[in-house]
Amino acid sequence: MRFALSAEHRDFATSLHAYLAGADTPGAARAWAHGRHEPGLKVLRGLAELGVPALLIDEAHGGLGAGPVDLVVAFEALGYHAVPGPLVETAAVAPAALTGAAAERWLPSLAAGEAFATVPVPLALDADIAAVVVGAEVVGQPELVRSIDPTRRLFRVDAPPLTGGRAFDLGVLAVAAQLLGAGRWLLDAAVAYAKQRSQYDRLIGEYQAIRHLLADVVTHLELARPLVHAAAVTASPQDISAAKVKAGDAAYLAARTALQVHGAIGYTAGHDLGLRLTKVRALAGAWGDSGFHRERVLAR
Amino acid sequence: MDLDIDAESVAFRDEVREWLAAHVPTLPSMDTAEGFAAHREWEAQLADARLSVVSWPREYGGRDASLLQWVLFEEEYYAARAPGRVSQNGIFMLGPTLFAHGTQEQRDRILPAMARGEQVWAQAWSEPEAGSDIAALRSSAVRTEGGWLLSGQKTWSSRAAFADRAFGLFRTDPGERRHRGLTYLMFDLRAEGVTVRPIPQLDGEPGFAEIFLDNVFVPDADVIGEPGQGWRVAMTTANNERGLSLRSPGRFLAAANRLVDLWRSAGEPAASRDRVADAWIGARAYQLYTFGTVSRLAEGGELGPESSVNKLFWSHLDLGLHDTALDILGPHAETDRAWVEGYLFSLAGPIYGGTDQIQRNTIAERLLGLPKEARR
Ligand SMILES: Cc1cc2nc3c(=O)[nH]c(=O)nc-3n(C[C@H](O)[C@H](O)[C@H](O)COP(=O)(O)OP(=O)(O)OC[C@H]3O[C@@H](n4cnc5c(N)ncnc54)[C@H](O)[C@@H]3O)c2cc1C
Repeated sequence: MRFALSAEHRDFATSLHAYLAGADTPGAARAWAHGRHEPGLKVLRGLAELGVPALLIDEAHGGLGAGPVDLVVAFEALGYHAVPGPLVETAAVAPAALTGAAAERWLPSLAAGEAFATVPVPLALDADIAAVVVGAEVVGQPELVRSIDPTRRLFRVDAPPLTGGRAFDLGVLAVAAQLLGAGRWLLDAAVAYAKQRSQYDRLIGEYQAIRHLLADVVTHLELARPLVHAAAVTASPQDISAAKVKAGDAAYLAARTALQVHGAIGYTAGHDLGLRLTKVRALAGAWGDSGFHRERVLAR
Repeated sequence: MDLDIDAESVAFRDEVREWLAAHVPTLPSMDTAEGFAAHREWEAQLADARLSVVSWPREYGGRDASLLQWVLFEEEYYAARAPGRVSQNGIFMLGPTLFAHGTQEQRDRILPAMARGEQVWAQAWSEPEAGSDIAALRSSAVRTEGGWLLSGQKTWSSRAAFADRAFGLFRTDPGERRHRGLTYLMFDLRAEGVTVRPIPQLDGEPGFAEIFLDNVFVPDADVIGEPGQGWRVAMTTANNERGLSLRSPGRFLAAANRLVDLWRSAGEPAASRDRVADAWIGARAYQLYTFGTVSRLAEGGELGPESSVNKLFWSHLDLGLHDTALDILGPHAETDRAWVEGYLFSLAGPIYGGTDQIQRNTIAERLLGLPKEARR
């Protein structure tokens, strides 16, 4: 047993972080929220060069033939940097959902980052830029529905929702990893702020009321990560659901705590905290809410 | 990254499972005289099968088992509902301290008897005025010919009511303050000058005790490490106490599985579904977290402040798990011996071995690098 990321996985994460840290992802996310896709698409093209959408696509279709562990490594980084766009759908779900002629037709361009897929779960993220809707014949004229997270542009599409199976599970896994990454960013931001903000002549990080909140957050995030990694290794629906529930809860705790630690500044649209807070809240309910996944954990 | 278990470890696990299935007894509580004696015998039986200290070297009754094998052993142990370990303070705290700081003579004299349950050890660490702030301890050891004379009072010492010997810290240099001038000593609980006064716990049984020391003689041979260096030696023990929680994944997963069974047999009440699921998820997370730690340690990593993460997490997990069980049992909760015992024990988790608040301070300072709180 070696239940730890390999050097290759760690290098992959490092290169993703290095790229995304310099890519102005918050700016891209804000533009995306207003339907201005170009800065975001630029970020996504960079990610395609690093192989992200190609990970689960087999080599015959122009992909990398990598596995779910690579996927969770990637999505943790995407969540950390609040990258917008239908990447769960394109990189995690489509490679398993598209078969036969659809695979021949779409996978090579998805792997290359030239096209995107979306999936009704039941709403479809970014259907306006997706070339293919899993389970539907044509994209048609989708109707935009406003999400709590403005960067999640959701659409009603005319296709049966995906609610189970391998493709769905891979989507859930990617979402769990994304939640973990967002949670980690929220923790890092709150810790950095607590080391720098003074009130009553003390750094707020000296106050136990603040320290103890943050200690709880890191504890829950640290315990959520192995569930996400194990779910990638075992692929069992039980582990995948456990990962979604725990990563969601830990990330939400991180979000609420980060907001509290920041005070009013965290409540502003200009602060990057909000980009994660609303996404975490949105993802907690999307891709099967906690009740659905707890049900699956107990189903034996 | 994988979760595969090598063939040798699988064989070891199978052997343990088989042996336990054939031998696990039901014993009375170890907090009674009768139960304590029965638990000693169980330790001897484990030792005969070379299962009492699997990770120790063979010469001391162990098997040189790897960390992973030890974790697997613990999982089997709890899944089989085997008795609590009456020797655990010795085996998991004093033992590792002796391996790190003891003399050859001390190891040869102490470890085999410990492994067989012939000598059961108590941890005499807390004092009335030194709880979380253990460096405030006052008990003293004064130099005398060939050894030391101990005086003072220790308290909350688990199993001391029936144990044989104890280990603890004593102030040997009254001029020094706090962490300095402390010495790590072992003493006999039946020596002249020792008074052990049992303290009943919530269930009424004497699970721990106060220890009064009045000029108790301890030979030089029972000093661990250098006199005056007790704090450094004690930190090994403290790490082991929290590291000891490495053993718990088995305990929690076994309990979580029993909780799921209980919930099923109660007709899957919707009101507790989420809490049951969360308890199982937490136990699985904890097991996997431990596998991660084991993998890291196997590659030469060290146990750092994440042992506080461990402690904080499992103490809440244990409490939540048992609370949920009692809620499912409803009117039968108060009389269900097994769940009640587990619940009462889980209540102490956030207190012993460093309280929740102390663990959070450690995590905040050592893992997150937050500034220390101003101290007077
Ligand atoms: C079942 C059980 C078994 C035990 N077994 C043993 C044993 O075998 N040997 C042994 O030596 N001891 C044992 N103990 C004692 C245990 O180690 C102590 O209870 C523990 O260290 C806390 O000390 P205290 O009880 O004096 O509480 P205190 O230290 O007085 O703490 C009281 C409260 O104040 C809080 N507090 C203290 N300092 C701080 C701080 N700096 N910041 C924030 N909050 C703080 C604590 O978290 C706690 O909530 C046992 C305890 C229990 C419950």
